[in-house]
Amino acid sequence: MSDMTQAAEAAIDTQSQEYLVFSLGSEEYAVDILKVQEIRGYENVTRIANAPDFIKGVTNLRGVIVPIVDLRIKFHLDKIEYEGQTVVIVVNVADRIVGIVVDGVSDVMTLTSDQIKPAPEFGETLSADYLSGLGSLEDRMLVIVDIEKLLTSEEMALVEQQAQ
Amino acid sequence: MDITEFYETFFEEAEELLGDMERHLLELDLDEPDPEQLNAIFRAAHSIKGGAGTFGFSVLQETTHMLENLLDYARQGELTLRTDIVDLFLETKDMLHDQLDAYRNGAEPDPEAYARICQTLKQLALDELGHGVGSEPEADIAPPERAPSETESPAAENMIGEEASEEQAQVAQDADADSGWLRVVLLNVSDKDRELLVEELGNLGTVKEQHGDAARYEVVLESASSRDDIEAVMCFIVEPEQLDIAAIAAPTETAQGEAEVASAPAVSQDDAPAPEAPTPTEQAETPAEKAPAQAATDDKPANAAPGNKGGGAKKKAGGESATIRVPVEKVDQIINLVGELIITQSMLDQTASELDVASHGPLVNGMNLLQRNARDLQESVMSIRMVPMDYVFSRFPRLVRDLTGKLGKDIELVTEGKSTELDKSLTERIIDPLTHLVRNSLDHGIEMPDAREAAGKPRTGTLTLSAQHQGGNILIEVKDDGGGLNRDKILAKAAHNGLAVSDSMSDDEVWQLIFAAGFSTADQVSDVSGRGVGMDVVKRNIQAMGGHVEIQSWPGKGTTTRVVLPLTLAILDGMSIKSGSEIFILPLSAVLESLQPSNDDIYSMAGNDKLLKVRDEYLPLIALHDILNIDGSEQDPTQSIAVILQAEGRRYALLVDDLVGQQQVVVKNLETNYRKVPAISAATILGDGSVALILDVADVNRLHRQRANAPRHAELTASRQEDVVHE
Repeated sequence: MSDMTQAAEAAIDTQSQEYLVFSLGSEEYAVDILKVQEIRGYENVTRIANAPDFIKGVTNLRGVIVPIVDLRIKFHLDKIEYEGQTVVIVVNVADRIVGIVVDGVSDVMTLTSDQIKPAPEFGETLSADYLSGLGSLEDRMLVIVDIEKLLTSEEMALVEQQAQ
Repeated sequence: MDITEFYETFFEEAEELLGDMERHLLELDLDEPDPEQLNAIFRAAHSIKGGAGTFGFSVLQETTHMLENLLDYARQGELTLRTDIVDLFLETKDMLHDQLDAYRNGAEPDPEAYARICQTLKQLALDELGHGVGSEPEADIAPPERAPSETESPAAENMIGEEASEEQAQVAQDADADSGWLRVVLLNVSDKDRELLVEELGNLGTVKEQHGDAARYEVVLESASSRDDIEAVMCFIVEPEQLDIAAIAAPTETAQGEAEVASAPAVSQDDAPAPEAPTPTEQAETPAEKAPAQAATDDKPANAAPGNKGGGAKKKAGGESATIRVPVEKVDQIINLVGELIITQSMLDQTASELDVASHGPLVNGMNLLQRNARDLQESVMSIRMVPMDYVFSRFPRLVRDLTGKLGKDIELVTEGKSTELDKSLTERIIDPLTHLVRNSLDHGIEMPDAREAAGKPRTGTLTLSAQHQGGNILIEVKDDGGGLNRDKILAKAAHNGLAVSDSMSDDEVWQLIFAAGFSTADQVSDVSGRGVGMDVVKRNIQAMGGHVEIQSWPGKGTTTRVVLPLTLAILDGMSIKSGSEIFILPLSAVLESLQPSNDDIYSMAGNDKLLKVRDEYLPLIALHDILNIDGSEQDPTQSIAVILQAEGRRYALLVDDLVGQQQVVVKNLETNYRKVPAISAATILGDGSVALILDVADVNRLHRQRANAPRHAELTASRQEDVVHE
């Protein structure tokens, strides 16, 4: 019996998911919280020569070498500062660990499917391919990023492409 | 409970057993076969058969069954072994290996190959013995009629004036086997395994009774299978020490048997001082215990025990190596953790070194002790990954035997330094290149016997495989006493292929030519006594392992190929250097020397290229900050340090700001979470917890040459890099 009720609840809940909300400048973005491993400060990053500008380098995450990507540079934001608020969200995508630099992490939110609007076909810098949709919350708009698709994409140059 | 969980264990064990079988077959002296070896071969086949039966690999089981029967005749002396029979056995072993692979990949083995090998084995039995062997492979794992129990065989080798009691014991045992009642005692077996074992026993016979707890669980079984068969099957799940199988006379005596078994350890302890028995306590735990236990149920304890038990103990001593099987990931995890420990330790050390020694004496002492222990621990952990070269060399006797037969040559294989240790991951990767080199030597290097005789050399050629440690490297040599490389033909071939060659090239340079890609398609080069197939692949593979390969050759005397590899890929002796504010690690093995260049020694060529004169040699001068676009580096070469590096046979001078120090670093793969970076081979973690990149010495040179060839491209990269800096 209890199995059945749980299953029923799950069916209702399938369309609602938890997201980690972070800010890049004045914009708000969200990623699937299940992909997030941890959040840490920005420090001790070793530069990698001849890498794209948005790849800040690599850092030591408890013995594991992890690349750090600055999404602000990737998304062409104006103001890029590294200060106390700057944090790194460590995500686990496609069996890889990657750190992304953001201006700050605000909260964790549950969004239901009717709160998520389809992403418009727009953007030269951020292709709609990498978006799961736009979250609408009263007066706020969250850009929901498909972080796995984005980080494993060819233009991020993080993963060696099969074709090469 | 799924039996497939144990498949992997069976495959691994069966593979090892097949390896043993092949080794013994090759070592076998046909004129005077060592009964011990024949028994070992037989036991290997027998164990595989048992396991195959358990897991339902019927083709594998039936093939081993036939082989086993033939082997049994061989060890009874009824079948006289000849070279062609051993060849057939080896072929069967290969077939078994194929079948095993097929099962491992979840497929059924090739039925045609199976039918063929069956036919050949049957024919052999008919020809040699006049009657068939296992002509109707049995579906269950009932023992072949002739296969005696395992305790008999070692006991037979162990005749130390005990013949009389031996025979009696044998009689007693045979009587047991007839009764068909067995008591299987499981010692310290987990519930999960026990459940499976009992289920398995049910397949072998009828379980009549079962009771007990995890520490000691008894099963009474009525079965047509022999004790050995049951043991062989169960040993894929539990260790032999955890098993005690004894035949019991009749069902009504079960209770009595139990009572006597209780006293059995005592009996065995009394007998323990027998020469083969190591210690009384260990004796009580060994499978040998079953001998007295069994004898006890037979009312013939006193005279039967010593002979049988001695044999059992000997088998244990000889048949079981003191090793444990551990997944590589677990070892890697330990290595990783120890690496972390070392880093933490050096961080602590750095902090402690700032303290006043006088007032913090105990702390400083403790830190020193910690450092020593941590280093020792690291060394011990690293040694877990090391395996002797024998692991590699042991596959060549077979290759040499097969190829010499095929080529009609007479070649003796000599191996030296079999116990030299090398990282396991490297041993696996070195097998293919070495096989290539050995094949080449056999095929093209060593001449036909007649040609050898004409050249005044012994008819039998010698191929030597050797391994030795040389500093932090291992040196593996493949040496033949054949005709050597033909310089003129190589030069001619190279010129034909459009490579830049001249007659004034040194021998070393000429030999390097055969490593050129596309140089050596076999048909053209085979008459050059020459290292045909895919030497470029050999070279590439070895370089990918961080090693290099070189050739020495003397006309008429032979060729030596030397492969130099680092002992391990997990740690590296490094030199840390500084350029601007960045720290990099250079592999110490590539560093020849370092010096501060003076203006008089720096020459320029074609405007931009700089050369450094070091002892009458002009070396390309490469600035690290140019290659890696580092800011704030010293621009004046005379204020920098030039490190002379060697990689892939080329030397160059690398300009850096400063030398920081030498240290052992734990190599961390960059590609796990990122990708391959030009000029960088890996990363490591420094004492302060930050990441430092390890330079790929050969790639730095390559990158420099690329840029020299395409200066425009370099400028583009540089300007893009500037953008980054501005942002």
